[in-house]
Amino acid sequence: MSETKKFLYVNRKAPYGTIYALESLEVVLIGAAFEQDVSMAFLDDGVFQLTKGQNTEAIGVKNFSPTFRALGDYEVTKLYVEMESLEERGLGPDDLQEITYEDEDDDWEEKPSIRIVSRTEMADIMADQDVVLSF
Amino acid sequence: MSTLHTVNKSPFGNGALLSCINHCKPGDAVLLIEDGVYGALAGSVVEHAVITCAPSVSIYVLEGDAEARGIGPAKRLPDVQSVGYDGFVDLVATHDRTQAWL
Repeated sequence: MSETKKFLYVNRKAPYGTIYALESLEVVLIGAAFEQDVSMAFLDDGVFQLTKGQNTEAIGVKNFSPTFRALGDYEVTKLYVEMESLEERGLGPDDLQEITYEDEDDDWEEKPSIRIVSRTEMADIMADQDVVLSF
Repeated sequence: MSTLHTVNKSPFGNGALLSCINHCKPGDAVLLIEDGVYGALAGSVVEHAVITCAPSVSIYVLEGDAEARGIGPAKRLPDVQSVGYDGFVDLVATHDRTQAWL
């Protein structure tokens, strides 16, 4: 049994107000061991998870934003971010941290993992999955 | 290929229903459960959004959750269909995937 399924992890919550965002990242990292075709979607307040310059020192919780940069090592290389969600919050692609992966099919060239998509494209991506897990 | 979307939050304090509607494809279904059933209310500020998507997307409400909150058929938008737990199972079985809007 080696049938690969398409898994999409949908992130719609900001990072520190609830535990959803951290739990999602944990599940993605654990799930990576199962060698499925994994993508992540960031929309609504979920786009706040990927912003630059997070510093949680004063609130006494772990800043897990650097962990997203490890996803490439687990072959999680498709991080879809919805443009409209960014714009609604006064943000743009430049406000997001740089996340890259090394493409083994292209001489290990370093490539961006974050792909900015429109709301319509996001709907298409969601409709193209075998399994959708929401956080 | 179609998706069953579930929404379990009131649309008056949470954007889940509107975000769900904005990501639906024709042929999809939206099932309002738990506090999500408030989205079925006639005359609310989200009525327009629900009615607008209804021609191409089927909207359902979980009967028990609606009745529990006093949202009887007379208070609901006519575009919203009612299902019980058995109907919930049928919806899951007849769509290709289920997406929860938490």
